[in-house]
Amino acid sequence: MLQVNNIEVVYNKVILVLKGISLEIQDGGVVALLGANGAGKTTTLRAISGILDVENGELEGGQIDFMGRPIHNLDPDEIVKLGISMVPEGRRVFRDLTVLENLLIGAHTRMDKEGIRADLEMIIRYFPVLKERKGQLAIYLSGGEQQMLVIGRALISRPKLMMLDEPSLGLAPLLVTEIFNILRSINGEQRTGILLVEQNARIALNFARYGYIMENGKIMLDGPSEELVKNEDVKEFYLGVKDDLAKKSYAEVKHYKRRKRWLS
Amino acid sequence: MESGLVFFLQLLGSGIAVGCLYALIALGFVLIFKATEIVNFAQGEVIMLSAFICYFLVTTFHIPFFPALVITCIAAALLGVLTERLVLRPMLGEPVFAVVMVTIGLSIFFRSMAGILFGHNNLVFPNPFPSETLKLGGIVLSQTQIWIMVSTFVLITAFFIFFKYSRIGLAMRGTADDQRVALLMGVSVKRVFSLIWALSFATAAVAGIFLANVMVINLGLAFVAISAFPAIVLGGLESIPGAIIGGLAIGIIENLAGGYLDQMIGGGIKDVTPFVVLFLLLMFRPYGLFGKKEIERV
Ligand SMILES: Nc1ncnc2c1ncn2[C@@H]1O[C@H](COP(=O)(O)OP(=O)(O)OP(=O)(O)O)[C@@H](O)[C@H]1O
Ligand SMILES: [Mg+2]
Repeated sequence: MLQVNNIEVVYNKVILVLKGISLEIQDGGVVALLGANGAGKTTTLRAISGILDVENGELEGGQIDFMGRPIHNLDPDEIVKLGISMVPEGRRVFRDLTVLENLLIGAHTRMDKEGIRADLEMIIRYFPVLKERKGQLAIYLSGGEQQMLVIGRALISRPKLMMLDEPSLGLAPLLVTEIFNILRSINGEQRTGILLVEQNARIALNFARYGYIMENGKIMLDGPSEELVKNEDVKEFYLGVKDDLAKKSYAEVKHYKRRKRWLS
Repeated sequence: MESGLVFFLQLLGSGIAVGCLYALIALGFVLIFKATEIVNFAQGEVIMLSAFICYFLVTTFHIPFFPALVITCIAAALLGVLTERLVLRPMLGEPVFAVVMVTIGLSIFFRSMAGILFGHNNLVFPNPFPSETLKLGGIVLSQTQIWIMVSTFVLITAFFIFFKYSRIGLAMRGTADDQRVALLMGVSVKRVFSLIWALSFATAAVAGIFLANVMVINLGLAFVAISAFPAIVLGGLESIPGAIIGGLAIGIIENLAGGYLDQMIGGGIKDVTPFVVLFLLLMFRPYGLFGKKEIERV
């Protein structure tokens, strides 16, 4: 469904941030994009959504195809209409709009009033808390509710592909599990493809069927999730399971603390 | 009725009429600022240009007042679209200071265009309304004052319905709130901006046309925008209800102050009061009564 082909992105005309990224998502697929801070994950999503220019960024090379047609020259509204919607990082609700209005603005590209109403019902089935909060300003929701709201807001445009940027950030583990369960049922029932950006590799690889690992604007590694979780490097750097390493740093911390106490 | 009360209500009534004009002028500024974070210093010139346009439609072209008002608003809206497209859009992403300088340049351009097109004479708008006054239980209002209030009320109600219930109105509020996320929702921010400039200029046109009915028309009409500044600051630059309430409040306060204090101290109080209010406000609530202190939630 989506092919990203060797794209390069430059910010402020000088900083080369993506150095040839390629990735692919099948119809209804669930793919994770992992990497440390500053690897270029958000930039990749911005390039797909067509919103680089407001960030002073530019696609310098490569090609992005969606459903068999190039989209890298399209305006963001056309890309939404084709069926890609994005849940930006940091739970960016519209603070001055109510919960219902936040959802409705997500349907901006749609004209079928009946369909929108039906899909509002669908979203409330997935996120029942939003119903009670319908008339409240979005800024008064809790973090978890805001995350649900922004997912609902992306869903109401009826995307074929939904891209989520670090939806787990800053949420309690139980809530993260709940949100990922809902995402899984959305993927199963609506056949919505999902491109998930995460720093939390454990959650992401557990959720996605395929993963890409980014470092410094390049894809270092990719493969089915069950292979990635077995990979030694992934284990060490992204899942943090190399035991003696963990112990060693713990000992160092303790040593440092002891020393500090002694000094003071 | 007791004469003291009548005097008070009389001042209140004409204060509301003036306040409506302040509110409309303030609204023009706030619409643009809220969506684009630009303070448009050419707003006063749009008011002045509209007054001239409507004047010539009525006198030279013999168009009745209300159709002339509508035509002037449409012309102002088109000017707004053109201004955004040709002057402001190329400035997208430039520093705020540069953009503000551009709007000041624009104001000078508009003023000289008006000088060339309409001349430097004082013109007097032929009163479109019968000159009989209306008496509502002791207080006397001119028909112009009544029409100012009615038009402002209609316009503000229309805005309210538009922003609250229409798809585009919602998109505009979303854009004002978070432009980047609005883009992700498929909102064409470019189109929202040009519509906002159109609405703002049309609002300025309504203000200008009614001002033309109560003041002489000349190039100096552009400077009335400055007298609306206290109203804007009172309401906060980002709040539409604030602009309306701020405008009404300043209109009422200056009229009351003028009515009661002028007798004691003698002339001029009326013109100073708004700025006294402005000064006090800047000391105690610099972001206005309705403006937001930025709350950042991280
Ligand atoms: N608007 C911008 N202008 C200039 N440089 C930027 C901009 N946005 C991001 N960058 C730079 O591009 C690089 C990649 O940033 P990006 O936000 O894509 O990383 P990320 O993988 O999403 O990181 P994180 O996990 O912290 O969100 C970083 O070095 C960052 O400083
Ligand atoms: Mg990021």
